[in-house]
Amino acid sequence: MELILVAAAIMVGFGALGAAVGMGLLGGKLLEGTARQPELGPMLQGKMFLLAGLIDAIPMIGVGIGMYLIFAVYAG
Amino acid sequence: MAGDTQQTGTEYIQHHLTNLTYGQHPENGWSFAHNAQEAAEMGFMAVNVDSLGWSFGLGVIFLLLFRWAANRATTGVPSGWQNFVEMMVEFVDGVVKDSFHGRNPWIAPMALTIFVWVFLMNLMDLVPVDVIPWLMLQAGVHFQKIVPSTDPNITLGMALAVFGMIIYYSIKVKGVGGFLGELTLQPFSAKNPVVQAVFIPINLALELVGLLAKPFSLGLRLFGNMYAGEMIFILIAMMYSAGWVLGTFGGALQLGWAIFHILIITLQAFIFMVLTVVYLSMAHEDH
Repeated sequence: MELILVAAAIMVGFGALGAAVGMGLLGGKLLEGTARQPELGPMLQGKMFLLAGLIDAIPMIGVGIGMYLIFAVYAG
Repeated sequence: MAGDTQQTGTEYIQHHLTNLTYGQHPENGWSFAHNAQEAAEMGFMAVNVDSLGWSFGLGVIFLLLFRWAANRATTGVPSGWQNFVEMMVEFVDGVVKDSFHGRNPWIAPMALTIFVWVFLMNLMDLVPVDVIPWLMLQAGVHFQKIVPSTDPNITLGMALAVFGMIIYYSIKVKGVGGFLGELTLQPFSAKNPVVQAVFIPINLALELVGLLAKPFSLGLRLFGNMYAGEMIFILIAMMYSAGWVLGTFGGALQLGWAIFHILIITLQAFIFMVLTVVYLSMAHEDH
């Protein structure tokens, strides 16, 4: 039964890893693009938020399922 | 909520994660479930009354408020609520113009509805955790989850409705043959009919995965974000029963997390809307 906690930890951990690397690349490209063409700054920032939400989607689904496993399945 | 054993903490969390479910229980007949296990025993045809009530009520509020502003639209300079509604409409109009490449007068109103409705449902997450459930307890209702988008039924229901629209418009614009051709003749195609026939199952598998990923990712993305956010609110709220120092620290944490959550709320509503418009634009593509 304790393996459920390990499963939730793996889900959240690997999701966080993927999301962090993805966000880092995205933010880096945003800064680069804004440095090259500052007049596109606001448009690029708007698109960055959209992509940030998309990158976060699967890790967030993993976090949701992980929380459910820890607090509703394991503790129940 | 003042007892401090480990069991009570878990019970608090689980109490706040339980929907008010109405259905046919094998032993109790048609009734509200008294705990999560009874709700599970009710099977598929049980209804989460609280999610339905809040989502329907918020939808009615959206319609009433926006209709009130629409009826007073004039060519003069607007102010206050009128100004806000016009800003919303212009914003959604801009997004739809950028992303939608077909001809359909229903897309922009639907995008506005999705955006504002999902935003309102997510906004309920900012109400402090215990306020409305405590009020409901005084009225005799034992379970209440006020954020409809933390209920996967609501988010997946909306996503499946969008999926239905994708299929409907795909068939309407491309025809049944065109729609099936899009599923079976991409991405591998060949001149030789025998090779083409071999490619069809492979194409179908790949394209079906892509097609089914759309509604499930759409619904689960919103659910996962909101469920995780609400879970953190509940966990921080547990600190209130641990004395004055930790309680005040918990209050500060709630404030910080709520401010961050405002960004998440708006972003998730925006992403739901943009992806809906983009998927429908892809459905309207006629090569």
